[in-house]
Order: sequence, then structure tokens, then C-alpha cells
Amino acid sequence: MENKLIQFITHKILRQPDAVLDLNTPLLSGGVIDSFSLIDLSFFIENEFGVHLEDTELNAETFDTLAELVALIRAKTA
Amino acid sequence: METLPETLPAETLPAILANHYKAFPDQISLRLLFAQGEEAEISYRLLLEGAAGYAQEYSRQGIRPGEVVVLVLQHGLDLVYSFWGAILAGVVPAIMPFLTEKLSPERYAQDMTALLQTTQPAGIVTYPDFLASVLSTLQPGSSVRAVISSGQVLPVSDPQLESLPGTAASPEDIILLQHSSGTTGLQKGVALSHRAVLNQLRSYSQAIHLTGQDVIVSWLPLYHDMGLIAGFVMPVLFGVPLVLLSPFDWVRAPQRLLQAITRYQGSLCWLPNFAYNFCAAKIRERDLEGVDLSSLRAVINCSEPMQWESHQVFLDRFLPYGLKPQALAACYAMAENVFAVTQGGIDIPVQVDSIDALAFTTRRQAEPSSDPETALRMLSAGRPISNTRVKIVNDHHHPLPDRQIGEIALQSSSMLTGYYQRPDLTAKAFHAGWYLTGDLGYSVEGELYVVGRKKDLIIVGGKNIYPQDLELLANKTPGVHPGRVVAFGVYNHASGTEDVVLVAELAVGLDAADPAVRQKISAEIRQNVMHGSAVALRQVHLVAPKWIIKTSSGKISRSANREKFLRETAPAD
Repeated sequence: MENKLIQFITHKILRQPDAVLDLNTPLLSGGVIDSFSLIDLSFFIENEFGVHLEDTELNAETFDTLAELVALIRAKTA
Repeated sequence: METLPETLPAETLPAILANHYKAFPDQISLRLLFAQGEEAEISYRLLLEGAAGYAQEYSRQGIRPGEVVVLVLQHGLDLVYSFWGAILAGVVPAIMPFLTEKLSPERYAQDMTALLQTTQPAGIVTYPDFLASVLSTLQPGSSVRAVISSGQVLPVSDPQLESLPGTAASPEDIILLQHSSGTTGLQKGVALSHRAVLNQLRSYSQAIHLTGQDVIVSWLPLYHDMGLIAGFVMPVLFGVPLVLLSPFDWVRAPQRLLQAITRYQGSLCWLPNFAYNFCAAKIRERDLEGVDLSSLRAVINCSEPMQWESHQVFLDRFLPYGLKPQALAACYAMAENVFAVTQGGIDIPVQVDSIDALAFTTRRQAEPSSDPETALRMLSAGRPISNTRVKIVNDHHHPLPDRQIGEIALQSSSMLTGYYQRPDLTAKAFHAGWYLTGDLGYSVEGELYVVGRKKDLIIVGGKNIYPQDLELLANKTPGVHPGRVVAFGVYNHASGTEDVVLVAELAVGLDAADPAVRQKISAEIRQNVMHGSAVALRQVHLVAPKWIIKTSSGKISRSANREKFLRETAPAD
């Protein structure tokens, strides 16, 4: 799951396939994902993992790092 | 309740509001929608009693008519009440974009300091839990005498509106300030008078045939002219119901706009070009269940370059949901004219002009083209509204004939009074009584086509971005050759707006071929720019020393470097 998310973010959002992200890179507050791309991320998560994120969850308080995002998705699939 | 636009019953805003309070107190003025689903329904009585609470608080705090108050608030009742309260008190409101998670708090504090220096406000309004941050930005000798907590202001019942200081205003007094964002934009506060605002509203409401039957639905931010004037001030003054969403919520769930139009039978909506693409591409089919857009009589494209393709994708997606093709409309606007300069697509469909691409780029001519393969399709922004005159001029300010591209200049009865406390900037903006917009365009039989900009401004999603702000931020990144950085916009057909690209030369001695080095530096550039400006760079292009082109006078030419970048990164045939 981590790798799929990283690949999506580096290829589709950053369009910089050689970018290196780790589990603790701040995605929202760090400028990796801007607000216009949040929906793309939520579409991807829904299609790929069958998990729906509410629009009220698309903010840094709910998740900022990949680790937090993965935990959120896992909690919703559990 | 039908309040006809041409009957705005007075010559100052407070007098008009005092009239509405008496004439139709129970009419709903606006509905605020929130992401969690709740909404606030505000009648003119509630609106003006809430506003009067703020007006009294400003007076109590010793803020005098003509002094500025900065509103550091987001979508909600407090922003609405504190704004209209300032108007009632004769105090000049300036809305500051609220802190987002993207911007570092330090950077936000710097922006606030810049705004405070330009506008010299007497007061600031913010939330109780943001007071400490605001207070910490105040420097010794600051003009700010009162920092008002929104939590301490209560509505007053039976407000004596006629006794509030704003009703003594003269039509020439400044009523509000509008700013662009960023370090550069914050230095230019567009100061507008009652007369300018009312002249604009009278002309513009005619151009769009505004009536009391209309319902305006908007998600636009109030710190921007399109949101503030079309999506806030105009409906409130004309008694036209307004449904207001937060931009923060809209960008996370664009379907909320369409659902609100359906629910409240919205008839008018203003959108920046990118929002057409965004709505068309980023709403799930299931979120459109029950959506009916047949009540819309105009969706008005405004505030960034308009694209024919954007109208098409929007229409293709929403035609099955009742959107009428003739609802697509277009407008050219700027804060310096309060709002609209031209309007199209209301009486006749938005005109499309197919022009020859080569003549356009090489000879600054818009020649009709009959070859649909190579032609550029330009969308008309319509005709000047009744109080505004437009002409196209060359570099020597001489008028140009139809179909020749030049700078758009305008004259109107709704021009800014000046850039606030910057007579130097105001003087530079005019030539022989004509305001020089910095935008490039051409006209054909009275229709205006806007084709680009003279200045190196980037517009993303309707928001003005000054490349020099981004370059300064990127310059601070270790590994970047200081001063050898250039930022520019590249139009993205999929998103309908510009991508921000930044090219930076690596410092001498660094291994430009090492992916680890490149990765580290580009990540830091992105982060510095995001924290310092809230702008997400779409592409960071790191290059070897001496890549960047400078002019003979040693300045970096953004257009030349943009072309070089496009050549280098173009896909090979």
C-alpha cells in the first residue's frame, strides 16, 4: 500500500518519478500535495483500496504523513 | 420580494442597508453552508443586528471613520458581520486570507506585518484562539490600537442604524480595500469609494439583467474581487438571495456547489476558468445524484484567461444534469474597476473567434482563420459594461484598430480612488486619464478578447501569483545558485489553469547528474516556496550553471527562459 501511494504521488501529483518520499514526509504541510490535488488522492484511494475518505477528512489534522494516511486507510478497511 | 437593481435607494452603502433593515427585515439575505452539513440562514434583520454589534465595538475601541480594520477570519458569520459592521461604522475593511496549513506560521506573520505596514490599520478582528498569534506580529509603534476578539462581539437588537457613523459618509469616501495575495500583492491595496462601488453595481447589474428573482450561489473567497463584489456585496445590496460556501470546502468537494444550486435553484454563479475543468473532472457520478442545473441562467467565467475547451468539458459533463448551453457566460474584471470591465454571454452566446496561430504569435495580429486544425479559438469577454470604456493601445499609448493586439486600457466611473497610501503606484497605473491594465487583448466590433499579460504575472485558479515572490523564496535554498532562479506559468489543458514551473541553477561544484542531490534540492525548493507563499510548484527543473538567460541589462527574462524550458522539455516527435 505504501509503495502504491508513493508511486501515485510521485508520478501523478508531483510528476517527478525520481522524487523520494518516506513514511514521515509531511505531505500536506510540506507542500507535496496541494489542495487542488487532494481529490485526486482520495479518488485514487477509493479506486485502489476501496476506502472512501470524506471531504472533511482531507486535511493535515486527519493525516499529514504517509504513515498517518496508511493508518487511516487500514482503520477504515478493518 | 423584488428589489430592482436600478433602485438602489441611496448613494452610500450604510444608507442602503438602513433602508433594507426597515423595508424587508425578514427577507433572507444569505445562507452560509458548512462542510458538516449545517447551514446558517441570515435575514436582513440578523445581518444588520450582527453587523451593528461590530460597528459599536469598533466605535467603543476608538476606531474612527476612515480608519482601516483588517479582518483575519475565514468563512462564517463573524466574517460577514465584521465586514458589514465596518461599513456601518464608516471604518474601511480589508479582508486578509486566513492562515492555511500550507503556509508556515512565520511566513503568515510576515505577510500580516507587510499588510499592516501598507494599510496602517487601527484595528484587527480575529478569533479568540488566534489573538495571541496576531498580537505577536505587532511591532512597537504599530498603528494597531485594538485587536478585537470575534468571541466578544454580540449582535444588538434594535440597532439605531441611522446613528452609526457610517451613515454620515460622503459618496467619495473610501468604503473598502482589496488586496492581491503574496508579498507583492499585499503592498497594493485597491481603495474604492462608495460612488465607485455603486456605479459598478448599477452598470453591472444591468449587464447581467439582475432581478429579485435571481439566486446567487458562490464558493469564492471574499478577499478576492470576484467573490467580494459579485458573490457578496452585490447580492446583499440588491436584496438578491445569496448562498455562500467556503472555498476550503469547495476544493475538497466541488459537488457541494452543484448541490447548493440544485437545492436553492441558483440562477447565477461566477467561476474562474480552472473551476470548469475541476468540476467536470473531479466529481463522482454518485455525487451528482439528484443534481439539476436547469435553474442556472448564467455561469460566468471570470478572473483568469478563459479557454474554449474549459467551457466544452463543463457543458459535456453537465448537459445531462440540465445545464443550458446558453448559460455559459464570460466576464473580464479587475479590482481596480471594482469588478467587471466587460460582460458577454448574457444577451447573445459567448462569441468565439478562430484566429491564425502564426500571425498571433509573430505579428501581434488576430487574423481570422478558416483552418480548424491550426486555428486558436479565442473566447470573447463580451462588451464593456455601461459605465466603462475600453481601448487597445500600443506601447506608445496610441489606440490600435480592430484585430491588433495591444494593452487594454480603460476609463470608467468606478475606478479605484488609488492604491492605498501609494500615490507613486497610482500615478504609474494611469496614462492621460486611462488606466493601463497590463493585460493584452484585441477587439472586434466592440467585443473584447483578452489574450495574455504584459507583466510576468502567473494566475493559478484565479489567484494572482507574482513570480518574483517565488524566486526570492527558492533563492534561499542551499544548493541553489543565488539569483539564478526563474519562475513562470505554463498553461495546462487538463486543469484549465496555469502550472507554476520553477527553474533553478545548481550552485557551482554540485554534481548536477547525481539524483540524490537533485532530489534533495528540489524537495527543499518545493517546501520553501509552499511555506513561504502557499503556492505548490508543479515542476522544479534543476539545471546546470549558466542555463538561465539574462537580458543585456542583467535581468532574468522570464519569457525567454519559459520558451527555453518548453523547448527542452517538449516531448520528442
